[in-house]
Amino acid sequence: MSDKNFDVEVHHVTRVEGHGNIYVNVRNGTIERCEWNISEAPRFFEAMVVGRNWNELHHITSRICGICSIGHTLASLKATEAAMGIEISEQDLKLRKIALHAENMQSHILHVGFLVLPDLMSVGSVIPLASSNPEEVKTVLRLHRLANEMSNMLCGRTTHPQRLIPGGFSKIPSMKELSGLRDRLKASVPDLQAVANLLQSLAPKIPDFVRETEFIGLTSPDEYALYDGKIGSTDTDSAPAREYLTYTNEYVVPQSTAKWAKHKRDSYMVGALARLNINYDKLSPLAKKVAEMFDLKPVCHNPFMNSVAQLVEVVHSVEDSIRLINELEAAGLKSQPDYNLPDITVKAGQGVGAVEVPRGILFHDYTYNKDGVCTKANFIIPTNQNHANIQLDMKALLPKILDKTPKEIELTLEMLVRAYDPCISCSTHAVKVHFV
Amino acid sequence: MKPKVAFFDFAGCEGDQLQVANLEEELLDLLGQVEVVTFREVMKEESDNYDIAFVEGSCTRLHDEERLKQIRKNATYVVAIGSCATIGGINSLKNYQDLDDVRRTVYGDKARLFDTYAARPIDAVIPVDAYVHGCPITREEFLHVVKSLLLGKKPDIPNYPVCVECKKNENVCAFERGQFCVGPVTRAGCNSCCVNEGTICWGCRGMVDNPNENSEKEVLIKNGLTVDDAINKFKLYFGWQERKK
Repeated sequence: MSDKNFDVEVHHVTRVEGHGNIYVNVRNGTIERCEWNISEAPRFFEAMVVGRNWNELHHITSRICGICSIGHTLASLKATEAAMGIEISEQDLKLRKIALHAENMQSHILHVGFLVLPDLMSVGSVIPLASSNPEEVKTVLRLHRLANEMSNMLCGRTTHPQRLIPGGFSKIPSMKELSGLRDRLKASVPDLQAVANLLQSLAPKIPDFVRETEFIGLTSPDEYALYDGKIGSTDTDSAPAREYLTYTNEYVVPQSTAKWAKHKRDSYMVGALARLNINYDKLSPLAKKVAEMFDLKPVCHNPFMNSVAQLVEVVHSVEDSIRLINELEAAGLKSQPDYNLPDITVKAGQGVGAVEVPRGILFHDYTYNKDGVCTKANFIIPTNQNHANIQLDMKALLPKILDKTPKEIELTLEMLVRAYDPCISCSTHAVKVHFV
Repeated sequence: MKPKVAFFDFAGCEGDQLQVANLEEELLDLLGQVEVVTFREVMKEESDNYDIAFVEGSCTRLHDEERLKQIRKNATYVVAIGSCATIGGINSLKNYQDLDDVRRTVYGDKARLFDTYAARPIDAVIPVDAYVHGCPITREEFLHVVKSLLLGKKPDIPNYPVCVECKKNENVCAFERGQFCVGPVTRAGCNSCCVNEGTICWGCRGMVDNPNENSEKEVLIKNGLTVDDAINKFKLYFGWQERKK
C-alpha cells in the first residue's frame, strides 16, 4: 500500500448537461469514497402533467430537455397515440424518422465536437480551439448547422418542435425542400470524413478501460432501431416496449436526486454504444466503415468508446435520411392542408411510447380518462438508466489509475462521466410520483 | 478590455443555453466582443469575476436563492433568459399541486431533506436588468439584448400581443380554425412562430404588461371551452404571473 492521500471533488462537472458531482477520498492509498452524485433540482414533471389534456402533453414534456426535445416530443406522441389507438401515415412515419435523425446528429456532433474533443486536445473548452484549430472547428460547426437546419425543416425549430402533433404533423416540408436537404446531406460526407480522421488521430488518448456490463436499446429486424422496435439487450431476449418496467427497475439511492436502474446485473448502459452493440449489423455501409476505422465492433465494453459510437451514428443518420427522402420521393410526397389538425377520437386508455434519443432509450407512459385528461404519467429517461453504470465504472476505473496525479485522476473521471453524455437535468426532472 | 460574461442555470431544460451554442458562426463573432468566463455546459474554466450574468431556469428551492444573490452581487447586469427564468415558465404548473404531498410521495420519510417551493422567475428573488423571453429563446432576440447591453441601450422588447405579428404574417386565426390560442394576451417578439408552423400560441413569452385576461377568457369560453379549460390554458405558462396579482 502506498501512503497516498488525496481528495478529488468536482462540484458540478462541466461540459455536461445538468448538475452532477464526483467525490473521491483516498487515505494511505486506500479508496475510502468514490461517488457519482446528482444534485440537480427536481422538477416533478410526472406531477405537472396530471390534469392536463392529451393534446398538450407533447408540448409540456418537450420541456423536460432542451437538447432532446424532439425525442421527448416523439416519445410523448407515441404514448398518446398508443393510448388512443391513433395510427399515423407511412409518410408521417418517415418524416418523424428523419426528424429523429436530425436531433441525433445535432446532439452527437455537439457532444463529440464541442464537449469531448477539448479533453482529447488538452484544452478546457472549444473556445481556444476556435483560434488554434479554426478549420476543424468550422467543420464541426458546418455539420451542426446542417443538423439544426434539418430539424427546422422537419419540426419548425430545433428546440421544442412545433410541427409534431398527435396523429402527424401540423405542417410538412415540400419535396423541393427535402431534395435540397438530400443534396446537402450528400455533400456533408467529406466533413464527416474529416471529423472521423481527426478523432482517429486522437484515438490513442481515449482511455483503454473495460468493464463488462449489459447494454439495452431498441431493436428491430428491419432497421437500425431508433423510432420504433422492441426492447433489446446484450444479455437477454427482446420484449415489447409496454414491458419496460421489467427492464428498468428504478430505485432510490441517497447520493442522488435522480433515480437509478438495473436489469440483469447491478447496472446497465444505454445510448449510442448500447445501440451499436445490439444493432451493429443494421448500420449503413459508410457508418460501418467509420466503426472499422476505430476497430469498434460488438460487444464493446469500453464506455469511453460511446463518443466514437456517436460519430458512427451521425454517419448512419446522414445515410439513412438520404434513403428515407428517396423513398418519400418514389412514393410521391402527398400534401396536407395548412394548419393540419388530424381528426382524433379521444378515448380512455394507457399507452407506452419508447424512442431511442441521443443518450439512449426513453419511455413515456400515460394513462388518460375518457375525456383525454392525463391521470397518471411515468417517464424513464436514458441518463437515469446510466447513473448506476457510471458509478460502477468509476469504482472499477479508480484503482487502475491511482498511480496518476490527483489532477490526472480528476480529468479521467470527468472524461468517463462526459463519455456518457449525461443529461442530468432530464434525469432528475423525471422523479417518479405515485398518485393515490 | 472585453466585457466578461457568465452563464448560470437553475431548474430548467438548458434549451436556452443551447440556443446560444446554436449561434454557431455568430457565436464566434460574439466571442470577438465578449469574454466568456463561466459556461458550465461548454467549458471547464469558471470565474466569479464577470460583468454580465445570463441566468436560465426558475428558482425552485430556498437554498438556490443564495446562489442567485451571489450572482447579483458579482454582476453589473443580470439577464434572465427563457420562460423558466423570465416568468416561471412551465415549472409553475407544479405550483397548482400540493407541494408537501408531491415531495412526500417522491421522497417518502426523507422529504424534508429535499426542499422545494413554488417555482418562480428570477426577478422574484433578485432584481433583473433585462429579459430574453421565450421557450426557447430565439437567437435573434438574444443577440439583440446582448448588443443593446454592450452599447448601453435599453433592449427593445415588444409590449403588444402576439396577434399583431400573427396578423402581419397573414395567418388564419386559430379561433377561426376551431382551435384555442392565448396569443391575444401573450407578449409578441417571437414573430408568431408557433402559429406560422401550423399550431397555436401557448403563451411561452408570458403576458403583456396590461393583458385583458377577462376578455381572453370570455373569447375562449365563447368559442366552446368550459370555464375550467379556459383557466387551464392560463396555467400552462402564466402560473406565476396570475398568482402575483
